[in-house]
Amino acid sequence: MIQFGCSLLGSSVDEDRSFEMDDYQAATARWCSGCGDHAVLAAVQRLLAEKQLPPEETMIVSGIGCSSRFPHYVNSYGFHGLHGRALPVATGVKLRRPELNVFVVMGDGDCCSIGAGHWIHTIRYNPNMVALMLDNGVYGLTKNQTSPTSPTGLKSNTNPKGALLHAMNPIATTLGVENASFVAQTGDWVPDHIYAVLEAAFEHRGFAFVRILQRCPQYTDQLFLNAMRDPNTIELLVHPDGVDVPSLDGLYKNKIYHDPSDLVGAFRLAQLDDKIRLGVFYRNDDLPVYEEVRAVPAKTADEKIAILNEELDRYAV
Amino acid sequence: MTTTTAATSTKKKKTAQADDAAKRTIRVKEHTVEVVSDSGEGAQKCAQTFGRVSAKMGNGVWTVEIIPAEIQPPPRTPTSASGNRVRIGTKPVTNWGDAAHLAVAFNEQVLLHRHRAGALTDDCLILIENMWKTHEDEDIRKEWAAAMEEMSGKRYRFIEVPMEEQCLTLVDNPRKGKNMFVLGMLANVYSRDLEIIRDLIRYEFRKKSQEVIESNLALLDMGYGWAEENLDFKVEIPIEAPTVPMVVMNGNQAIAMGGIASGMELCAMYPITPATSASHHLAEVFENYGGVVHQAEDEIAAVGVAVGASFAGKVAFTITSGPGLALKTEFLGLAVMTETPLVLVDVQRGGPSTGLPTKIEQSDLLAAVFGQTGDAPKVVMAPATMEECFLCMTTARKIAETFRCLVMVLSDANLATGVQPFPRPNVTRDWLAAPLDLSPVPDGQKPYDWDPKTGLSRRVIPGQPNGMFRATGLSHDESSKIGYTPDVHERGCEMRARKMAVFQHTMRPPTVYGAEEGDLLVVGWGSTLGAIEEAVDRARDEGLSVSSLHLRFLSPLEPGLKEIFQRFKKVMTVEVNYSDDPKAPYVTDENRRRGQLSILLRNATLVDVDCWTRVPGEPLRPFQIHEAIRANMPNGAQS
Repeated sequence: MIQFGCSLLGSSVDEDRSFEMDDYQAATARWCSGCGDHAVLAAVQRLLAEKQLPPEETMIVSGIGCSSRFPHYVNSYGFHGLHGRALPVATGVKLRRPELNVFVVMGDGDCCSIGAGHWIHTIRYNPNMVALMLDNGVYGLTKNQTSPTSPTGLKSNTNPKGALLHAMNPIATTLGVENASFVAQTGDWVPDHIYAVLEAAFEHRGFAFVRILQRCPQYTDQLFLNAMRDPNTIELLVHPDGVDVPSLDGLYKNKIYHDPSDLVGAFRLAQLDDKIRLGVFYRNDDLPVYEEVRAVPAKTADEKIAILNEELDRYAV
Repeated sequence: MTTTTAATSTKKKKTAQADDAAKRTIRVKEHTVEVVSDSGEGAQKCAQTFGRVSAKMGNGVWTVEIIPAEIQPPPRTPTSASGNRVRIGTKPVTNWGDAAHLAVAFNEQVLLHRHRAGALTDDCLILIENMWKTHEDEDIRKEWAAAMEEMSGKRYRFIEVPMEEQCLTLVDNPRKGKNMFVLGMLANVYSRDLEIIRDLIRYEFRKKSQEVIESNLALLDMGYGWAEENLDFKVEIPIEAPTVPMVVMNGNQAIAMGGIASGMELCAMYPITPATSASHHLAEVFENYGGVVHQAEDEIAAVGVAVGASFAGKVAFTITSGPGLALKTEFLGLAVMTETPLVLVDVQRGGPSTGLPTKIEQSDLLAAVFGQTGDAPKVVMAPATMEECFLCMTTARKIAETFRCLVMVLSDANLATGVQPFPRPNVTRDWLAAPLDLSPVPDGQKPYDWDPKTGLSRRVIPGQPNGMFRATGLSHDESSKIGYTPDVHERGCEMRARKMAVFQHTMRPPTVYGAEEGDLLVVGWGSTLGAIEEAVDRARDEGLSVSSLHLRFLSPLEPGLKEIFQRFKKVMTVEVNYSDDPKAPYVTDENRRRGQLSILLRNATLVDVDCWTRVPGEPLRPFQIHEAIRANMPNGAQS
């Protein structure tokens, strides 16, 4: 893992520090009771503790929406920015501070609607970070408007007769972008699976896109109700290079052994709508990572001045 | 109109050099040259090289690009005119002047463009390609004749030059070489140092083959020889060699080099005219300094990447122009709200909307100062010269860092593409940004530990142990904790605003150009500095009591303005943005749209500041400002 390789901070930090989940707790989460965001927050805090990531070397960047309150609840550095624009900020952080562990938290409106351009292009840049898309198929914070992932027919304040368009397929969309390097899906009702996917995403070298299926207890409380009640509607993608969660073996009988290096297979699975598929669709750790491609040796002040003077010679009269 | 048909025979080989004594020498303190061709024929390269050699020889120089809006407009049309004006002087030259004394035109249509723009002096010397006059296509011959008829009212002296015929003796495609022939002619007329020109050509074509370089050098020599043999005049502009080492570059190069000298290490941008060339210069060399030019997917992402990079490390910058500035607005507000230091360069062009992409205007001022929603205090500054383009970048970076604020630098298309020599900056270590401080944050220090008096606070960056905080665009308190209560929001607004008041106290009052008191004070900002001061000089020579003041900081405004204004009977801004003619139908003193700086000045001083503004899509000429001064003297133009 690159992320652990080059801490700038070794000298100033007590090497013997160890971190518990509580050490990553900031303000108490104020999401609605029953909101899937709580499960994702718990999984992230568990991961931070598991990986012993120093809070000061960890940064969570978010956009705007219910889920984007996320950084306020994690004791790390955080940047709660603009609707749809978390990814450019995170890319900027990573460009100059590649040693930081960067997590991005977005909602479905954030990522797939107002920030869709950044979503597509950040997949191309492939910076080494984990991007979590907390997808509950509706705009919650602004009170019940149709989102790009709202299922057809979902009634909302903007489509009282039901959503007119087919829902976007964020997994297939992500897979279709050149340089996509990690694409996974999980659901808020299976905490162990969230954790396993999150860990795989974190261990991946490159831009790890994780879609987390959620319901909004206020506006889309029926969304994955059936999935929760009937394990037969679920199919797990399992593979040693992806995730395999033994604790789910008893619950979910539908499993498919899918090699995440198989992009064509990943596409086919992403396009099928007979079942909800959870797991790692695609993973390629060998694609160029933007901040590595753009890495340049740092220069001392004296070196910079010397080079600048050479450059000024070109313009000398 | 006089026409001289210069000897066109190439067969006539003189063995001896033309007798210099037979030539008339025009001795002047300054001369203005225009070179215009169809787009793509290389007049720009020719004129820029001519400007550079003149600067290197020690003349004062100012160049302005003449650019069509399209890459390949239809040839032989006035709108195809592409080239440069180069004003050369014994003393430093600060603006593009009034009109050209000598023009070189690759065809009569592009010359018409300049004629119609009033860009040529009444007795302009015009060296014109004559192949069109006798062209086999009758339509072209007719166009030539019609153009000559249209220009016959002036006393232009036309000197026909067989450019194509001459170039064809050396190259197959004269479209690719005429410009060097023309450069050779100019080198002869102005006695430019051929060896310097040859070096410039070798550098310009360094990535091309040796054959290309040799052929360009041969064309240069041929043009020189042709002028020597066939022209009956030379122009002499005495050189007063500068006493300090000089560099010569355009404003965008200066912004790029200045950005490097400031120690910033990330520039995020999206292509937009006329700002982009700054990032071209930067992209060539920035990595040598450990810096990165990030071409983002759009203008919004460009500023977002800069905000992220700045938040996590050294101050970053983004470069844009009007439409890009509009798109970046939301992020600029976020930078203000999170107190993330950021430098934004806006190379202004004509607006609103797509406007005049390649042309100068100073009309983004109010958008810069007031463009964000809510109260978004920031520093807005404007360089007035190429040298200031270089220097202002370090100033901007330091202000952004010290005051944890957004600094907007308003350049414009005139500075961006104009070339001027200036004293070589002596960059030392204290220009550069300090290395990142990743030391632990003391217990109890809050992320916005606002000094209640100044609003200043210490910046904490990721990596600093014990400093973890969550920046947010929501209203927040010292701990960056979200708060919607009246006290939290009012206090945040107050602290962010207070910093600007403090910053204003660090500035000295600006210096008046000319007498400290009088009848009229002309106030300007940005690239109009030279033209305004030249106009003021002319008016003062006539005995008019006029002075000028040039502002570098527009928000907050420099201190002491009210006191300065009160020493003049009338204060008037001169700007390149739109204002209503006060005498126009329906326009009243109440509804008049005013020049943007004048609005800021009226607001800040309660002085009845008038304005004289134009939006011609080209730099103001000193004579226009001179006329405006005469027309606006409070007691009339009689001294």
